[in-house]
Amino acid sequence: MSAEIPEAASAEEQKEMEDKVTSPEKAEEAKLKARYPHLGQKPGGSDFLRKRLQKGQKYFDSGDYNMAKAKMKNKQLPTAAAPDKTEVTGDHIPTPQDLPQRKPSLVASKLAG
Amino acid sequence: MAGAGGGNDIQWCFSQVKGAVDDDVAEADIISTVEFNHSGELLATGDKGGRVVIFQQEQENKTQTHSRGEYNVYSTFQSHEPEFDYLKSLEIEEKINKIRWLPQKNAAQFLLSTNDKTIKLWKISERDKRPEGYNLKEEDGRYRDPTTVTTLRVPVFRPMDLMVEASPRRIFANAHTYHINSISINSDYETYLSADDLRINLWHLEITDRSFNIVDIKPANMEELTEVITAAEFHPNSCNTFVYSSSKGTIRLCDMRASALCDRHSKLFEEPEDPSNRSFFSEIISSISDVKFSHSGRYMMTRDYLSVKIWDLNMENRPVETYQVHEYLRSKLCSLYENDCIFDKFECCWNGSDSVVMTGSYNNFFRMFDRNTKRDITLEASRENNKPRTVLKPRKVCASGKRKKDEISVDSLDFNKKILHTAWHPKENIIAVATTNNLYIFQDKVN
Repeated sequence: MSAEIPEAASAEEQKEMEDKVTSPEKAEEAKLKARYPHLGQKPGGSDFLRKRLQKGQKYFDSGDYNMAKAKMKNKQLPTAAAPDKTEVTGDHIPTPQDLPQRKPSLVASKLAG
Repeated sequence: MAGAGGGNDIQWCFSQVKGAVDDDVAEADIISTVEFNHSGELLATGDKGGRVVIFQQEQENKTQTHSRGEYNVYSTFQSHEPEFDYLKSLEIEEKINKIRWLPQKNAAQFLLSTNDKTIKLWKISERDKRPEGYNLKEEDGRYRDPTTVTTLRVPVFRPMDLMVEASPRRIFANAHTYHINSISINSDYETYLSADDLRINLWHLEITDRSFNIVDIKPANMEELTEVITAAEFHPNSCNTFVYSSSKGTIRLCDMRASALCDRHSKLFEEPEDPSNRSFFSEIISSISDVKFSHSGRYMMTRDYLSVKIWDLNMENRPVETYQVHEYLRSKLCSLYENDCIFDKFECCWNGSDSVVMTGSYNNFFRMFDRNTKRDITLEASRENNKPRTVLKPRKVCASGKRKKDEISVDSLDFNKKILHTAWHPKENIIAVATTNNLYIFQDKVN
Protein backbone atom coordinates (compact mmCIF):
# COMPACT_ATOMS: atom_id res chain seq x y z
CA MET A 1 0.00 0.00 0.00
CA SER A 2 1.34 3.48 -0.92
CA ALA A 3 2.20 6.08 1.69
CA GLU A 4 -0.47 8.52 0.38
CA ILE A 5 -3.35 6.45 1.86
CA PRO A 6 -4.54 7.84 5.20
CA GLU A 7 -3.75 5.83 8.32
CA ALA A 8 -7.32 4.78 9.23
CA ALA A 9 -8.15 3.29 5.82
CA SER A 10 -4.87 1.47 5.73
CA ALA A 11 -5.51 -0.14 9.11
CA GLU A 12 -9.00 -1.20 7.98
CA GLU A 13 -7.74 -2.70 4.76
CA GLN A 14 -5.03 -4.44 6.71
CA LYS A 15 -7.64 -6.05 8.95
CA GLU A 16 -9.71 -7.06 5.92
CA MET A 17 -6.70 -8.74 4.39
CA GLU A 18 -6.02 -10.49 7.67
CA ASP A 19 -9.62 -11.62 7.82
CA LYS A 20 -9.40 -13.09 4.37
CA VAL A 21 -6.34 -14.99 5.35
CA THR A 22 -7.56 -16.19 8.72
CA SER A 23 -11.26 -16.69 8.02
CA PRO A 24 -12.38 -18.73 5.00
CA GLU A 25 -15.93 -17.74 5.87
CA LYS A 26 -15.21 -14.04 5.48
CA ALA A 27 -13.44 -14.75 2.20
CA GLU A 28 -16.53 -16.54 0.96
CA GLU A 29 -18.67 -13.63 2.10
CA ALA A 30 -16.50 -11.23 0.11
CA LYS A 31 -16.86 -13.46 -2.95
CA LEU A 32 -20.64 -13.44 -2.57
CA LYS A 33 -20.84 -9.69 -2.11
CA ALA A 34 -18.71 -9.25 -5.21
CA ARG A 35 -21.15 -11.31 -7.25
CA TYR A 36 -24.31 -9.88 -5.77
CA PRO A 37 -23.61 -6.35 -4.58
CA HIS A 38 -27.29 -5.69 -3.85
CA LEU A 39 -27.63 -8.62 -1.47
CA GLY A 40 -29.71 -7.60 1.56
CA GLN A 41 -28.10 -5.88 4.48
CA LYS A 42 -29.80 -8.20 6.91
CA PRO A 43 -27.98 -11.50 6.66
CA GLY A 44 -30.10 -14.62 6.69
CA GLY A 45 -33.03 -12.60 7.89
CA SER A 46 -36.59 -12.02 6.87
CA ASP A 47 -36.12 -12.72 3.17
CA PHE A 48 -35.25 -16.36 3.72
CA LEU A 49 -37.89 -16.84 6.34
CA ARG A 50 -40.64 -15.26 4.31
CA LYS A 51 -39.66 -17.35 1.28
CA ARG A 52 -39.76 -20.43 3.48
CA LEU A 53 -43.16 -19.61 4.90
CA GLN A 54 -44.58 -18.96 1.45
CA LYS A 55 -43.57 -22.33 0.08
CA GLY A 56 -46.39 -23.85 -1.94
CA GLN A 57 -48.04 -20.54 -2.75
CA LYS A 58 -49.46 -20.48 -6.24
CA TYR A 59 -51.01 -17.37 -7.68
CA PHE A 60 -53.94 -17.61 -10.05
CA ASP A 61 -56.67 -15.05 -10.37
CA SER A 62 -59.46 -16.18 -12.67
CA GLY A 63 -60.56 -12.57 -13.06
CA ASP A 64 -57.15 -11.43 -14.27
CA TYR A 65 -56.90 -14.45 -16.51
CA ASN A 66 -60.26 -13.89 -18.16
CA MET A 67 -59.65 -10.19 -18.61
CA ALA A 68 -56.30 -10.87 -20.21
CA LYS A 69 -57.97 -13.41 -22.46
CA ALA A 70 -60.61 -10.86 -23.46
CA LYS A 71 -57.98 -8.21 -24.18
CA MET A 72 -56.02 -10.60 -26.35
CA LYS A 73 -59.10 -11.25 -28.52
CA ASN A 74 -57.74 -12.82 -31.64
CA LYS A 75 -54.21 -12.98 -30.39
CA GLN A 76 -52.85 -15.99 -28.57
CA LEU A 77 -53.73 -16.73 -25.00
CA PRO A 78 -51.08 -15.81 -22.46
CA THR A 79 -48.66 -18.68 -22.55
CA ALA A 80 -47.53 -20.64 -19.56
CA ALA A 81 -44.31 -19.65 -17.88
CA ALA A 82 -41.45 -22.03 -17.31
CA PRO A 83 -42.97 -25.01 -15.59
CA ASP A 84 -40.94 -24.84 -12.42
CA LYS A 85 -41.39 -23.59 -8.93
CA THR A 86 -40.64 -19.89 -9.47
CA GLU A 87 -43.09 -17.44 -7.99
CA VAL A 88 -45.61 -16.39 -10.60
CA THR A 89 -46.61 -12.82 -9.88
CA GLY A 90 -46.27 -9.38 -11.34
CA ASP A 91 -46.90 -8.70 -15.01
CA HIS A 92 -47.23 -12.29 -15.95
CA ILE A 93 -50.80 -13.54 -15.88
CA PRO A 94 -50.76 -17.15 -14.70
CA THR A 95 -52.72 -19.61 -16.74
CA PRO A 96 -54.39 -22.78 -15.55
CA GLN A 97 -51.44 -24.58 -17.09
CA ASP A 98 -49.20 -22.96 -14.48
CA LEU A 99 -51.13 -24.78 -11.81
CA PRO A 100 -51.33 -28.36 -12.98
CA GLN A 101 -53.69 -30.54 -11.07
CA ARG A 102 -51.55 -32.67 -8.86
CA LYS A 103 -52.29 -36.30 -9.40
CA PRO A 104 -51.40 -38.71 -6.62
CA SER A 105 -48.74 -41.31 -7.30
CA LEU A 106 -50.57 -44.46 -8.25
CA VAL A 107 -47.31 -46.28 -8.78
CA ALA A 108 -45.94 -48.32 -5.91
CA SER A 109 -42.68 -47.22 -4.32
CA LYS A 110 -39.57 -48.71 -5.91
CA LEU A 111 -38.28 -49.53 -2.43
CA ALA A 112 -41.00 -52.16 -2.25
CA GLY A 113 -40.07 -53.60 -5.62
CA MET B 1 -14.98 -47.03 17.54
CA ALA B 2 -16.72 -48.61 20.51
CA GLY B 3 -20.03 -50.25 19.80
CA ALA B 4 -22.87 -51.19 22.05
CA GLY B 5 -20.67 -53.89 23.49
CA GLY B 6 -17.84 -51.49 24.11
CA GLY B 7 -14.15 -52.00 23.59
CA ASN B 8 -13.47 -53.02 20.00
CA ASP B 9 -13.88 -50.88 16.95
CA ILE B 10 -17.00 -51.62 14.96
CA GLN B 11 -16.44 -52.85 11.45
CA TRP B 12 -19.38 -51.87 9.31
CA CYS B 13 -20.44 -54.17 6.48
CA PHE B 14 -22.90 -53.75 3.68
CA SER B 15 -26.04 -55.76 4.28
CA GLN B 16 -28.77 -54.70 1.85
CA VAL B 17 -29.82 -51.93 -0.52
CA LYS B 18 -33.42 -51.15 -1.52
CA GLY B 19 -34.65 -49.11 -4.44
CA ALA B 20 -34.08 -48.63 -8.15
CA VAL B 21 -30.63 -48.82 -9.68
CA ASP B 22 -31.16 -46.29 -12.43
CA ASP B 23 -29.73 -42.80 -12.15
CA ASP B 24 -32.88 -41.12 -13.39
CA VAL B 25 -34.65 -40.49 -10.12
CA ALA B 26 -38.38 -39.81 -10.20
CA GLU B 27 -39.22 -37.06 -7.72
CA ALA B 28 -41.77 -39.24 -5.97
CA ASP B 29 -39.05 -41.76 -5.11
CA ILE B 30 -36.96 -39.31 -3.11
CA ILE B 31 -36.78 -40.70 0.43
CA SER B 32 -37.83 -38.10 2.98
CA THR B 33 -37.77 -39.95 6.29
CA VAL B 34 -36.43 -43.18 7.84
CA GLU B 35 -37.37 -44.57 11.26
CA PHE B 36 -36.92 -47.82 13.19
CA ASN B 37 -39.71 -48.84 15.56
CA HIS B 38 -39.04 -49.32 19.29
CA SER B 39 -37.95 -52.94 18.99
CA GLY B 40 -36.00 -52.41 15.78
CA GLU B 41 -37.93 -55.18 14.10
CA LEU B 42 -39.64 -52.76 11.74
CA LEU B 43 -38.09 -50.05 9.60
CA ALA B 44 -40.30 -47.43 7.95
CA THR B 45 -39.49 -45.07 5.11
CA GLY B 46 -41.52 -42.19 3.72
CA ASP B 47 -41.01 -40.54 0.35
CA LYS B 48 -41.85 -37.43 -1.61
CA GLY B 49 -44.70 -39.27 -3.33
CA GLY B 50 -46.52 -39.65 -0.02
CA ARG B 51 -45.88 -43.39 0.23
CA VAL B 52 -44.75 -45.35 3.26
CA VAL B 53 -42.81 -48.60 2.94
CA ILE B 54 -42.28 -50.75 6.04
CA PHE B 55 -39.60 -53.42 6.19
CA GLN B 56 -39.54 -56.24 8.71
CA GLN B 57 -36.48 -57.99 10.01
CA GLU B 58 -36.55 -61.73 9.35
CA GLN B 59 -36.24 -64.01 12.33
CA GLU B 60 -32.65 -65.00 12.88
CA ASN B 61 -31.62 -67.95 10.80
CA LYS B 62 -31.09 -70.93 13.06
CA THR B 63 -28.51 -72.52 10.77
CA GLN B 64 -26.50 -69.37 10.18
CA THR B 65 -26.04 -68.32 13.75
CA HIS B 66 -23.69 -65.49 12.89
CA SER B 67 -25.95 -63.56 10.55
CA ARG B 68 -28.69 -61.23 11.55
CA GLY B 69 -32.06 -61.16 9.91
CA GLU B 70 -32.55 -59.28 6.66
CA TYR B 71 -35.14 -56.58 6.24
CA ASN B 72 -37.84 -57.40 3.71
CA VAL B 73 -40.94 -55.54 2.63
CA TYR B 74 -43.71 -55.97 5.17
CA SER B 75 -46.25 -53.37 4.11
CA THR B 76 -46.55 -50.40 1.78
CA PHE B 77 -49.31 -47.85 1.46
CA GLN B 78 -50.14 -44.38 0.22
CA SER B 79 -50.17 -42.25 3.34
CA HIS B 80 -50.79 -38.78 1.95
CA GLU B 81 -51.97 -37.40 -1.36
CA PRO B 82 -51.36 -34.02 -2.97
CA GLU B 83 -53.93 -31.39 -2.15
CA PHE B 84 -54.72 -27.88 -3.20
CA ASP B 85 -56.04 -25.32 -0.74
CA TYR B 86 -58.15 -23.19 -3.05
CA LEU B 87 -58.90 -20.59 -0.42
CA LYS B 88 -55.24 -19.77 0.14
CA SER B 89 -53.94 -20.77 -3.29
CA LEU B 90 -51.63 -23.19 -1.55
CA GLU B 91 -50.31 -26.36 -3.02
CA ILE B 92 -49.95 -29.00 -0.30
CA GLU B 93 -47.25 -31.53 -1.00
CA GLU B 94 -47.81 -35.18 -0.23
CA LYS B 95 -44.21 -35.59 0.86
CA ILE B 96 -43.91 -37.44 4.17
CA ASN B 97 -41.89 -35.18 6.45
CA LYS B 98 -41.71 -37.47 9.46
CA ILE B 99 -42.76 -40.90 10.67
CA ARG B 100 -42.88 -41.76 14.36
CA TRP B 101 -43.77 -45.17 15.74
CA LEU B 102 -45.94 -45.75 18.76
CA PRO B 103 -44.72 -48.35 21.26
CA GLN B 104 -46.47 -51.63 20.64
CA LYS B 105 -49.45 -52.28 22.92
CA ASN B 106 -51.12 -55.22 21.19
CA ALA B 107 -50.76 -57.33 18.07
CA ALA B 108 -51.07 -54.34 15.75
CA GLN B 109 -48.44 -51.68 15.04
CA PHE B 110 -49.21 -47.98 14.98
CA LEU B 111 -47.33 -45.09 13.46
CA LEU B 112 -47.85 -41.39 12.92
CA SER B 113 -46.96 -39.97 9.52
CA THR B 114 -47.16 -36.34 8.54
CA ASN B 115 -46.89 -34.11 5.50
CA ASP B 116 -46.83 -30.30 5.64
CA LYS B 117 -50.36 -29.97 6.98
CA THR B 118 -51.94 -33.23 8.14
CA ILE B 119 -50.88 -35.93 10.58
CA LYS B 120 -52.30 -39.43 10.26
CA LEU B 121 -52.32 -42.34 12.67
CA TRP B 122 -51.94 -45.62 10.78
CA LYS B 123 -52.71 -49.08 12.09
CA ILE B 124 -50.76 -51.92 10.56
CA SER B 125 -52.23 -55.30 11.38
CA GLU B 126 -51.67 -58.86 10.30
CA ARG B 127 -54.27 -61.27 9.15
CA ASP B 128 -53.20 -64.90 8.92
CA LYS B 129 -56.50 -66.71 9.48
CA ARG B 130 -59.82 -66.57 7.79
CA PRO B 131 -63.18 -68.05 8.65
CA GLU B 132 -64.37 -70.94 6.52
CA GLY B 133 -67.49 -73.09 6.49
CA TYR B 134 -70.30 -70.56 6.52
CA ASN B 135 -73.78 -71.97 6.27
CA LEU B 136 -75.27 -69.32 4.05
CA LYS B 137 -72.24 -68.43 1.88
CA GLU B 138 -70.17 -70.46 -0.55
CA GLU B 139 -66.39 -70.34 -0.23
CA ASP B 140 -66.20 -67.84 -3.08
CA GLY B 141 -68.67 -65.49 -1.37
CA ARG B 142 -71.81 -66.25 -3.33
CA TYR B 143 -74.90 -66.66 -1.24
CA ARG B 144 -76.41 -70.10 -0.96
CA ASP B 145 -80.08 -70.66 -1.42
CA PRO B 146 -81.31 -71.20 2.16
CA THR B 147 -83.71 -73.89 1.00
CA THR B 148 -80.76 -76.06 -0.06
CA VAL B 149 -79.25 -76.05 3.40
CA THR B 150 -79.87 -79.41 5.04
CA THR B 151 -77.27 -79.50 7.78
CA LEU B 152 -75.66 -76.89 9.99
CA ARG B 153 -71.98 -76.49 10.62
CA VAL B 154 -69.90 -74.23 12.77
CA PRO B 155 -67.53 -71.98 10.79
CA VAL B 156 -63.89 -72.38 11.79
CA PHE B 157 -60.77 -70.25 11.35
CA ARG B 158 -58.26 -71.75 8.96
CA PRO B 159 -54.76 -70.44 8.32
CA MET B 160 -54.19 -68.31 5.21
CA ASP B 161 -51.28 -66.53 3.61
CA LEU B 162 -50.19 -63.63 5.74
CA MET B 163 -51.83 -60.37 4.76
CA VAL B 164 -50.64 -57.10 6.21
CA GLU B 165 -53.19 -54.32 6.17
CA ALA B 166 -52.65 -50.64 6.81
CA SER B 167 -55.62 -48.47 7.69
CA PRO B 168 -55.82 -44.84 8.74
CA ARG B 169 -57.33 -44.71 12.22
CA ARG B 170 -57.11 -40.99 12.94
CA ILE B 171 -56.62 -37.92 10.81
CA PHE B 172 -55.36 -34.82 12.57
CA ALA B 173 -55.97 -31.95 10.20
CA ASN B 174 -56.45 -28.20 9.98
CA ALA B 175 -54.27 -27.24 12.92
CA HIS B 176 -51.25 -25.84 11.13
CA THR B 177 -51.05 -22.68 9.06
CA TYR B 178 -47.38 -23.21 8.36
CA HIS B 179 -45.45 -26.31 7.36
CA ILE B 180 -45.10 -29.15 9.85
CA ASN B 181 -41.45 -30.06 10.41
CA SER B 182 -41.68 -32.36 13.44
CA ILE B 183 -43.90 -34.74 15.32
CA SER B 184 -42.97 -36.32 18.63
CA ILE B 185 -44.81 -38.81 20.79
CA ASN B 186 -44.89 -38.12 24.51
CA SER B 187 -43.60 -40.68 27.00
CA ASP B 188 -47.15 -40.84 28.38
CA TYR B 189 -48.05 -42.62 25.10
CA GLU B 190 -51.30 -40.66 25.01
CA THR B 191 -50.29 -37.31 23.60
CA TYR B 192 -47.96 -36.02 20.93
CA LEU B 193 -46.76 -32.69 19.61
CA SER B 194 -46.59 -31.34 16.09
CA ALA B 195 -44.44 -28.35 15.21
CA ASP B 196 -44.54 -26.01 12.23
CA ASP B 197 -42.39 -22.96 11.47
CA LEU B 198 -44.08 -20.78 14.05
CA ARG B 199 -46.26 -22.91 16.30
CA ILE B 200 -46.29 -26.12 18.29
CA ASN B 201 -49.52 -28.00 19.01
CA LEU B 202 -50.30 -30.70 21.54
CA TRP B 203 -52.68 -33.49 20.56
CA HIS B 204 -54.30 -36.47 22.21
CA LEU B 205 -53.97 -39.57 20.06
CA GLU B 206 -57.68 -40.31 20.45
CA ILE B 207 -58.97 -36.82 19.71
CA THR B 208 -58.82 -35.36 16.23
CA ASP B 209 -61.10 -32.34 16.47
CA ARG B 210 -59.14 -30.49 19.08
CA SER B 211 -55.53 -29.51 19.57
CA PHE B 212 -53.84 -27.24 22.10
CA ASN B 213 -51.38 -24.63 21.00
CA ILE B 214 -48.41 -24.70 23.38
CA VAL B 215 -45.86 -22.53 21.59
CA ASP B 216 -46.54 -19.55 19.34
CA ILE B 217 -43.63 -17.44 18.13
CA LYS B 218 -45.50 -15.62 15.41
CA PRO B 219 -44.83 -11.89 15.80
CA ALA B 220 -47.75 -9.46 15.70
CA ASN B 221 -46.12 -7.84 12.70
CA MET B 222 -44.69 -10.38 10.23
CA GLU B 223 -42.11 -7.82 9.16
CA GLU B 224 -40.48 -8.41 12.52
CA LEU B 225 -40.03 -12.13 11.91
CA THR B 226 -36.46 -13.10 12.68
CA GLU B 227 -36.51 -16.80 13.47
CA VAL B 228 -38.57 -19.92 12.90
CA ILE B 229 -38.95 -23.26 14.65
CA THR B 230 -36.92 -25.93 12.90
CA ALA B 231 -37.48 -29.05 15.04
CA ALA B 232 -39.15 -30.17 18.26
CA GLU B 233 -39.08 -33.26 20.44
CA PHE B 234 -40.53 -34.53 23.69
CA HIS B 235 -38.16 -35.64 26.43
CA PRO B 236 -37.93 -39.46 26.45
CA ASN B 237 -38.81 -39.78 30.14
CA SER B 238 -40.31 -36.54 31.45
CA CYS B 239 -43.75 -36.20 29.96
CA ASN B 240 -43.90 -32.49 30.79
CA THR B 241 -40.69 -31.51 28.98
CA PHE B 242 -40.01 -30.80 25.35
CA VAL B 243 -37.45 -28.84 23.34
CA TYR B 244 -37.59 -26.89 20.12
CA SER B 245 -34.76 -25.57 17.99
CA SER B 246 -34.65 -22.43 15.89
CA SER B 247 -33.16 -21.11 12.67
CA LYS B 248 -30.89 -18.93 14.78
CA GLY B 249 -29.14 -21.86 16.41
CA THR B 250 -30.89 -21.79 19.78
CA ILE B 251 -32.72 -24.56 21.60
CA ARG B 252 -35.48 -23.85 24.08
CA LEU B 253 -36.55 -26.35 26.71
CA CYS B 254 -40.10 -25.91 27.92
CA ASP B 255 -42.01 -27.33 30.86
CA MET B 256 -45.73 -27.77 30.25
CA ARG B 257 -46.42 -27.58 33.98
CA ALA B 258 -45.28 -23.97 34.06
CA SER B 259 -48.12 -22.60 31.97
CA ALA B 260 -50.61 -23.51 29.27
CA LEU B 261 -48.74 -21.52 26.65
CA CYS B 262 -45.03 -22.29 26.81
CA ASP B 263 -43.83 -19.17 25.06
CA ARG B 264 -41.45 -18.52 27.91
CA HIS B 265 -38.77 -21.16 27.96
CA SER B 266 -37.47 -22.85 31.08
CA LYS B 267 -34.00 -23.14 29.58
CA LEU B 268 -32.32 -21.53 26.60
CA PHE B 269 -29.37 -23.35 25.08
CA GLU B 270 -27.13 -21.15 22.98
CA GLU B 271 -23.44 -21.14 22.27
CA PRO B 272 -22.01 -17.63 22.45
CA GLU B 273 -20.61 -16.41 19.17
CA ASP B 274 -17.50 -14.37 18.65
CA PRO B 275 -18.88 -11.21 17.00
CA SER B 276 -15.66 -10.64 15.09
CA ASN B 277 -16.19 -13.97 13.32
CA ARG B 278 -19.65 -13.06 12.18
CA SER B 279 -20.29 -13.18 8.43
CA PHE B 280 -23.25 -13.18 6.08
CA PHE B 281 -23.35 -16.96 6.42
CA SER B 282 -23.16 -17.17 10.21
CA GLU B 283 -26.84 -17.27 10.90
CA ILE B 284 -27.66 -19.54 7.99
CA ILE B 285 -25.13 -22.19 8.96
CA SER B 286 -26.08 -21.96 12.63
CA SER B 287 -29.68 -22.90 11.83
CA ILE B 288 -30.44 -26.20 13.57
CA SER B 289 -31.86 -28.80 11.23
CA ASP B 290 -32.46 -31.56 13.79
CA VAL B 291 -32.61 -32.05 17.55
CA LYS B 292 -32.63 -35.46 19.24
CA PHE B 293 -32.61 -36.41 22.90
CA SER B 294 -30.26 -39.19 23.97
CA HIS B 295 -32.01 -42.39 25.06
CA SER B 296 -30.97 -41.61 28.62
CA GLY B 297 -32.61 -38.19 28.50
CA ARG B 298 -29.54 -36.56 29.99
CA TYR B 299 -28.24 -35.12 26.72
CA MET B 300 -29.55 -33.74 23.47
CA MET B 301 -27.85 -33.52 20.10
CA THR B 302 -28.30 -30.77 17.53
CA ARG B 303 -27.24 -30.68 13.89
CA ASP B 304 -26.39 -27.44 12.15
CA TYR B 305 -24.92 -27.13 8.69
CA LEU B 306 -21.32 -27.94 9.53
CA SER B 307 -21.38 -29.65 12.91
CA VAL B 308 -23.07 -31.90 15.44
CA LYS B 309 -23.26 -30.65 19.04
CA ILE B 310 -24.03 -32.56 22.21
CA TRP B 311 -25.64 -30.56 24.99
CA ASP B 312 -25.95 -31.50 28.65
CA LEU B 313 -29.45 -30.48 29.73
CA ASN B 314 -27.90 -29.10 32.90
CA MET B 315 -25.70 -26.63 31.02
CA GLU B 316 -27.20 -23.96 28.82
CA ASN B 317 -24.30 -21.79 27.89
CA ARG B 318 -22.42 -24.14 25.60
CA PRO B 319 -22.45 -27.68 24.24
CA VAL B 320 -20.33 -30.30 26.00
CA GLU B 321 -19.13 -31.82 22.74
CA THR B 322 -18.83 -30.50 19.19
CA TYR B 323 -18.03 -32.66 16.17
CA GLN B 324 -17.14 -31.23 12.78
CA VAL B 325 -18.99 -33.03 10.04
CA HIS B 326 -17.45 -31.41 6.97
CA GLU B 327 -15.47 -28.37 8.03
CA TYR B 328 -13.85 -28.27 4.57
CA LEU B 329 -17.12 -26.81 3.28
CA ARG B 330 -16.51 -23.57 5.14
CA SER B 331 -14.41 -22.32 2.26
CA LYS B 332 -17.14 -23.26 -0.23
CA LEU B 333 -20.01 -21.42 1.40
CA CYS B 334 -20.41 -18.98 -1.48
CA SER B 335 -21.15 -21.71 -4.04
CA LEU B 336 -23.17 -23.69 -1.53
CA TYR B 337 -25.33 -20.62 -1.05
CA GLU B 338 -25.74 -20.18 -4.80
CA ASN B 339 -26.83 -23.77 -5.36
CA ASP B 340 -29.03 -23.72 -2.24
CA CYS B 341 -27.15 -26.60 -0.62
CA ILE B 342 -26.49 -24.38 2.38
CA PHE B 343 -30.17 -24.83 3.23
CA ASP B 344 -30.03 -28.65 3.23
CA LYS B 345 -31.52 -30.12 6.39
CA PHE B 346 -29.40 -32.95 7.71
CA GLU B 347 -30.70 -35.19 10.47
CA CYS B 348 -28.69 -36.96 13.16
CA CYS B 349 -29.17 -39.97 15.41
CA TRP B 350 -27.84 -41.76 18.48
CA ASN B 351 -26.94 -45.42 18.79
CA GLY B 352 -28.78 -47.48 21.37
CA SER B 353 -26.26 -46.90 24.16
CA ASP B 354 -25.75 -43.18 23.38
CA SER B 355 -22.04 -43.80 22.83
CA VAL B 356 -21.94 -43.06 19.09
CA VAL B 357 -23.74 -40.45 16.99
CA MET B 358 -24.25 -40.45 13.24
CA THR B 359 -25.14 -37.93 10.57
CA GLY B 360 -25.01 -37.60 6.80
CA SER B 361 -23.00 -35.47 4.41
CA TYR B 362 -22.53 -35.05 0.64
CA ASN B 363 -21.21 -37.47 -1.97
CA ASN B 364 -23.27 -40.15 -0.23
CA PHE B 365 -20.86 -39.99 2.70
CA PHE B 366 -22.03 -40.39 6.26
CA ARG B 367 -20.14 -39.79 9.46
CA MET B 368 -20.02 -41.43 12.90
CA PHE B 369 -18.50 -39.97 16.04
CA ASP B 370 -17.62 -42.10 19.04
CA ARG B 371 -18.13 -40.00 22.13
CA ASN B 372 -15.88 -42.17 24.29
CA THR B 373 -12.85 -42.74 22.09
CA LYS B 374 -13.30 -39.40 20.26
CA ARG B 375 -12.62 -41.22 17.02
CA ASP B 376 -14.68 -40.55 13.93
CA ILE B 377 -15.15 -42.32 10.65
CA THR B 378 -16.49 -41.44 7.20
CA LEU B 379 -18.22 -44.14 5.18
CA GLU B 380 -19.91 -44.16 1.81
CA ALA B 381 -23.29 -45.56 0.80
CA SER B 382 -22.59 -46.90 -2.64
CA ARG B 383 -23.56 -49.93 -4.67
CA GLU B 384 -19.88 -50.48 -5.41
CA ASN B 385 -19.38 -51.88 -1.93
CA ASN B 386 -22.31 -54.22 -2.06
CA LYS B 387 -20.82 -57.55 -1.12
CA PRO B 388 -22.38 -58.71 2.13
CA ARG B 389 -19.93 -59.08 5.00
CA THR B 390 -17.27 -57.03 3.22
CA VAL B 391 -16.05 -54.38 5.61
CA LEU B 392 -16.62 -50.83 4.36
CA LYS B 393 -13.51 -48.84 3.67
CA PRO B 394 -13.24 -45.50 5.47
CA ARG B 395 -13.29 -42.46 3.20
CA LYS B 396 -11.30 -39.29 3.49
CA VAL B 397 -11.82 -35.86 1.97
CA CYS B 398 -8.78 -33.83 1.12
CA ALA B 399 -9.46 -30.22 2.05
CA SER B 400 -6.52 -28.63 0.37
CA GLY B 401 -3.04 -29.29 -0.80
CA LYS B 402 -1.82 -32.55 -2.16
CA ARG B 403 -4.45 -35.21 -2.48
CA LYS B 404 -3.31 -38.57 -1.27
CA LYS B 405 -4.25 -41.77 -3.01
CA ASP B 406 -7.81 -42.88 -2.13
CA GLU B 407 -8.68 -39.41 -0.92
CA ILE B 408 -11.27 -37.32 -2.69
CA SER B 409 -10.89 -33.59 -3.13
CA VAL B 410 -13.58 -31.17 -2.02
CA ASP B 411 -14.17 -30.02 -5.58
CA SER B 412 -14.91 -33.57 -6.70
CA LEU B 413 -17.67 -34.07 -4.18
CA ASP B 414 -21.12 -34.61 -5.65
CA PHE B 415 -23.43 -32.19 -3.84
CA ASN B 416 -26.49 -33.79 -5.39
CA LYS B 417 -25.78 -36.99 -3.52
CA LYS B 418 -26.85 -36.01 -0.03
CA ILE B 419 -27.54 -38.24 2.92
CA LEU B 420 -30.09 -36.31 4.93
CA HIS B 421 -31.78 -39.20 6.75
CA THR B 422 -30.17 -41.93 8.81
CA ALA B 423 -31.46 -44.21 11.56
CA TRP B 424 -29.82 -46.51 14.11
CA HIS B 425 -31.46 -49.70 15.38
CA PRO B 426 -32.42 -49.12 19.04
CA LYS B 427 -30.60 -52.21 20.29
CA GLU B 428 -28.20 -53.53 17.68
CA ASN B 429 -25.47 -52.17 15.47
CA ILE B 430 -27.67 -52.02 12.42
CA ILE B 431 -28.06 -48.73 10.59
CA ALA B 432 -30.33 -47.52 7.81
CA VAL B 433 -28.92 -44.83 5.55
CA ALA B 434 -31.03 -43.13 2.88
CA THR B 435 -29.42 -41.74 -0.25
CA THR B 436 -31.65 -39.79 -2.64
CA ASN B 437 -33.77 -42.76 -3.66
CA ASN B 438 -32.10 -45.81 -2.18
CA LEU B 439 -32.11 -47.26 1.31
CA TYR B 440 -28.91 -48.91 2.52
CA ILE B 441 -28.73 -51.21 5.51
CA PHE B 442 -25.36 -51.78 7.14
CA GLN B 443 -24.49 -54.09 10.03
CA ASP B 444 -21.43 -54.61 12.13
CA LYS B 445 -19.32 -57.62 11.31
CA VAL B 446 -20.60 -60.49 13.43
CA ASN B 447 -17.80 -62.85 14.25
